[in-house]
Amino acid sequence: MNLHEYQGKELFAKYDLPVSLGRVISNAEDAINACRDIGGNKWVVKAQVHAGGRGKAGGVELINSPDEAVAFAKKWLGKKLVTYQTDSDGQLVSSILIEECTDIADELYLSAVVDRASQRVVFIASSEGGVNIEEVAKNSPEKVIYESIDPLTGAQPFQARKISKVLGLNQSQTKQFSKILPNLMKLFVNHDLSLLEINPLVITAGGNLHCLDAKINIDSNALFRQPEIAAMHDPSQEDERESEAAKNDLSYVSLDGNIGCMVNGAGLAMGTMDTIKYFGGSPANFLDVGGTATQERVAKAFKLILADPEVKVVLVNIFGGIVRCDLIAEGVLAAIEEVGVSVPVVVRLEGNNADKGSEILENAKVKIESLNNLKDAAKKAVELTS
Amino acid sequence: MSILVDKDTKVIVQGFTGAQATLHSEQSIDYGTNIVGGVTPGKGGQIHLERPVFNTMNEAIDEVNPNAALIFVPAPFCKDSILEAAESGIELVICITEGVPTLDMLMVKKRVDELGVRLIGPNCPGIITPGEAKLGIMPGSIHMPGSVGIISRSGTLTYEAVKQTTDLGLGQSSCVGIGGDPIPGSSFIDILKLFEADDETKAIVMVGEIGGSAEEEAAEFIKSSVTKPVISYIAGQTAPAGKRMGHAGAIIAGGKGTAADKILKLKECGVHVAENLLEIGSKTVEVINS
Repeated sequence: MNLHEYQGKELFAKYDLPVSLGRVISNAEDAINACRDIGGNKWVVKAQVHAGGRGKAGGVELINSPDEAVAFAKKWLGKKLVTYQTDSDGQLVSSILIEECTDIADELYLSAVVDRASQRVVFIASSEGGVNIEEVAKNSPEKVIYESIDPLTGAQPFQARKISKVLGLNQSQTKQFSKILPNLMKLFVNHDLSLLEINPLVITAGGNLHCLDAKINIDSNALFRQPEIAAMHDPSQEDERESEAAKNDLSYVSLDGNIGCMVNGAGLAMGTMDTIKYFGGSPANFLDVGGTATQERVAKAFKLILADPEVKVVLVNIFGGIVRCDLIAEGVLAAIEEVGVSVPVVVRLEGNNADKGSEILENAKVKIESLNNLKDAAKKAVELTS
Repeated sequence: MSILVDKDTKVIVQGFTGAQATLHSEQSIDYGTNIVGGVTPGKGGQIHLERPVFNTMNEAIDEVNPNAALIFVPAPFCKDSILEAAESGIELVICITEGVPTLDMLMVKKRVDELGVRLIGPNCPGIITPGEAKLGIMPGSIHMPGSVGIISRSGTLTYEAVKQTTDLGLGQSSCVGIGGDPIPGSSFIDILKLFEADDETKAIVMVGEIGGSAEEEAAEFIKSSVTKPVISYIAGQTAPAGKRMGHAGAIIAGGKGTAADKILKLKECGVHVAENLLEIGSKTVEVINS
């Protein structure tokens, strides 16, 4: 689960990390009071969306009067911001962060992730901030340092000193960083983060370290013990169908093609998409109905798939492991009746009681293409779209 | 021979009295697996599926002397259950549960490694040695004793590979689902080592998917240390970048962990790549016969 920048900064503040004084607004009229509360005569206004690249897309501006803040808020609230990290529709702006302006002397990069290879939390830092870190890592690897932290010991000051050296920090900044690093690690572990990125971490004109951005991703599997974080969830940032699916314990990702897919298991679902492409077709979605595909879930899955107007045919691929294929077949029929499916349906049932399942489908009143191997089923589905 | 489990494996089921554990334990018992009892805190002294229930792993060890633990407890309690099993001195722990927090696994993995306990999973179908023992949720009926060792990050995709090798008459020595989570208890490499040392295994099928670099690391290991032929299929060749595909592991970010990268690396290291899911079985036959 992703957090907005302002939510990330609220967490940062709790861990004594240096962030700008700011206010969040969701009504343009509140911009005036927000600017007054913050004080000064220069502010930064930032559209809050779950995507990077906001600055280049016009979602971040430097302003000199509260009226400009109102104008910015009116321009963006309720609109969608399109950046290079969003899809072509963009992400809805439902709040705006107004902050005091920070004079920047230098921009650095700092992030932390759970590294699969080393099985540790790894901090990544670079003297090149505010830019695409992947390019820096590729073109000048000497400017990027990776520091692995044992979650049992936490981050130690010596590790902060090590990173500081690569970042080119002076003595006073190194001292500041020796507080920042352990606190970030504490935040990471206490709140079950899977990713944390501060880009840029800046050195202010006054020579102090300052977190100018906050990108936080939380491990969704841990939300049961992070009620405070779970409450920060903003469904407006997610694809409507994807969040509807998540509510029903279905894993759904919409894609560009026209063959709706319903599969049990994520790996097999990807394998099915690959097979469709192999035969020249194009999947409309990834959908995993899970290991226990009940009639109810199959019906919900059909509804989701058919909500996409591009879908010309539905391919159901179920490998009945523990679930019995005859029950799945009945589930598919009931779902079709309930939902009212007008496009052709191709079903491949394999495994537990597959013969019985196929028989049920063949004798059904509605026309279903029942095939017992994936090759024929995928071919058939592709054929039906052309 | 086989790897990890056989007809002599004595299994203790943690979370034994729960609905999922009951369903799958019944099927495992029907398959011939030697389940010697279960652990459910607070239900010690009861009899479930004609087997004793214990409050703690230590009691179970003292009373029925199991050598493998199979875990079905809900995700929030897996850290506790895995550590309890590992600290009890058992050699093999298999965690089926999906949705274990990553940071829990980070700590658990460190401890099981220290103790020298082998952990399989979480978020996996388990292990089966066809005709001998089934410690997991896979359908027993599609398996057949034979010569192919199967390792996979995915559940139903493994069944597809199993079905194909059964239909073509090869059968399996053992099948291990290592799970799709970012921090799995055992890696492809851990299991490749076991199949390499197993006399009955003639060829190894490795089913991978997009995300992470486990397949690339396995490819390097195969090149340097595996003499048996390895056949591989990578799922997610058509998955768009940046989209999360169900498994926590199956995410492509920043051009790393794509199917194309993995396939290239596997081929470079001498692995036989099945370009399509449908060709896993036929490719394996082809490689064994060549």
